[in-house]
Amino acid sequence: MSAQTLYDKLWASHVVREEADGTCLLYIDRHLVHEVTSPQAFEGLKLANRPLWRKDSVVSTADHNTPTDHWDQGIQDPISRLQVETLDANIAEFGARAYFPFKDPGQGIVHVMGPEQGATLPGMTVVCGDSHTSTHGAFGALAHGIGTSEVEHVMATQCLVAKKSKNMRVAVTGKLGDGVTAKDVALAVIGVIGTAGGTGYAIEFAGEAIAGLSVEGRMTLCNMAIEAGARSGLVAVDDKTIAYVQDRPLSPKGEAWDKAVAYWRTLVSDEGAHFDHEVVLDGAAIVPQLTWGTSPEMVVGIDGKVPDPAKEADPVKRAGMLRALEYMGLTAGTPMQEIGVDVVFIGSCTNSRIEDLREAAAVARGRKKAATVKRVLVVPGSGLVKRQAEAEGLDKVFTEAGFEWREPGCSMCLAMNADRLASGERCASTSNRNFEGRQGQGGRTHLVSPAMAAAAAVTGRFADVRTLA
Amino acid sequence: MKAFTTLDALVCPLDRANVDTDAIIPKQFLKSIKRSGFGPNLFDEWRYLDHGEPGMDNAARPQNPDFVLNFPRYRGAEILLARENFGCGSSREHAPWALDDYGFRAVIAPSFADIFFSNSYKNGLLPIVLPAEVVDRLFAECEAKEGYRLTVDLPAQQVVTPDGTAFGFEITEHRKRCLLGGLDEIGLTLLHAADIRAFEEKRRADQPWLFA
Ligand code: SF4
Repeated sequence: MSAQTLYDKLWASHVVREEADGTCLLYIDRHLVHEVTSPQAFEGLKLANRPLWRKDSVVSTADHNTPTDHWDQGIQDPISRLQVETLDANIAEFGARAYFPFKDPGQGIVHVMGPEQGATLPGMTVVCGDSHTSTHGAFGALAHGIGTSEVEHVMATQCLVAKKSKNMRVAVTGKLGDGVTAKDVALAVIGVIGTAGGTGYAIEFAGEAIAGLSVEGRMTLCNMAIEAGARSGLVAVDDKTIAYVQDRPLSPKGEAWDKAVAYWRTLVSDEGAHFDHEVVLDGAAIVPQLTWGTSPEMVVGIDGKVPDPAKEADPVKRAGMLRALEYMGLTAGTPMQEIGVDVVFIGSCTNSRIEDLREAAAVARGRKKAATVKRVLVVPGSGLVKRQAEAEGLDKVFTEAGFEWREPGCSMCLAMNADRLASGERCASTSNRNFEGRQGQGGRTHLVSPAMAAAAAVTGRFADVRTLA
Repeated sequence: MKAFTTLDALVCPLDRANVDTDAIIPKQFLKSIKRSGFGPNLFDEWRYLDHGEPGMDNAARPQNPDFVLNFPRYRGAEILLARENFGCGSSREHAPWALDDYGFRAVIAPSFADIFFSNSYKNGLLPIVLPAEVVDRLFAECEAKEGYRLTVDLPAQQVVTPDGTAFGFEITEHRKRCLLGGLDEIGLTLLHAADIRAFEEKRRADQPWLFA
């Protein structure tokens, strides 16, 4: 057989049948379910009187709507509460392999919870009604977001109707510099290929810098593949992947473990496999990144300036830049390090794992929130992350610095709960989307790494974390 | 699903690239557990001057007169003309639900984000990719002439302008068949239930750790 990419292998091993036009029925191993995109799907099943095809494929939690403080008071917003209670009722009725409801010790952002429970394993197909399902590709799993009709389709048939994407490889060579993280790599890649650069592709991240990332770093990177337009991001399986999944609650044990590992070792792109598109970045040249505009591709290095739309030749792009500058309240040519921030958010499925919190804490330790910064929210990705951070004393580091230590959830990443920006507030955020209004109507989001967010919190402006030794 | 065959309709031009699904339907409206009723909040932050929340009387809210959907000449439009990477960002199917609930039946753009693109088909909303130069031309014609209409002919896979110029577009056979017939995709897939079971049994034997 000719050389195959990792994506080719994952795809081929899940095709149930293929039509003449290339439309396939793709078998789904793991279905992650949360409260926002599932109620209409469960409703559809009930209306059509269809059972859930395979309940042991479903792993579920509530994350988007849940509050991150005053848990004793429950969910105040009645519409949010109804949505979360609807999930409770649906899981009780239809069943699931595992469910982590509001306030459960295992509750968390679905893309943090899945891997830490071992619900995500190499070689699986993983879907969720959420675009950041691409995160799970970090394990050599074929993972992507789906819409609610597809959620219902997977519930009813265990399959997805899909066509194969093209293969792209993004190679990041060399070693990353100090203070440069997976988030900076993700933003740098999007800066190069653009938010539509990966449309129609599955992106495999490869090269020395990617091999050097921890599994959590790879999750951060694959998480943002969707921001580059790719439904799925992938990293090949290696020793780190296998070490990460070992001994998780839902990962295989004993004989099954050995058999699984032998198979997982094959989940790499073959030598000489064909990629339709290849991009190479020099990892050693990447500096800490931050966005200046309202799309993740509007990004610069911390040593850069707000760009000048007058220098953009493409009229549609120029109009977009002008609009973004107006929305963001920025002037072309301003050095990024002169821009002050009002709010800092450390959290989201991009950057709320234990390593992210450690990175932020390393910068916050012994420092204080700048007086001009109104709020700093630190929101762990899950109950397990929260307890681990507390065991390491990170919560104390944050609270001593004047940061707020919260309960797990999506929080200010999309501001569906009470955590949101007021109009005009400028936020250094470790989340993944800086769209207009994403963190609250009129709010101004700059995407950064956890260390850069902490640096902004203690200096009151965007600072180069490398100078805060 | 609603069937789609041909459509002759008024066109509304939305001249912005990278329109994301957060803009199409902001998150506060995602708290609904229903599939309908999102139309009045389509493009909420651009369409109204105040901050929208679920349960408000949208008819009483101040409209933004500078937003194209509020121009009287585009009232009743069923075709949305858009720019690159339309529907990027979140996978929320509430975006096509909102477009559909507002009354749009087709969106024409030079490119779409993948998840939005497939979500649209599931709801009888036809996303049509035309080359950037063609889209430029349609924008120019639409803005120049009040009452500008286009005909979308799905069986022939063509968009036809008022002067009779026809532009072809691509669609997979599977999607075309589903749209033309208004078919229930789950029902279609379940016709292959035996294949799925056979695949599943083999998988259970080879990789038992995937099953509880
Ligand atoms: S943290 Fe943000 S991006 Fe991630 S699942 Fe939650 S809302 Fe979506």
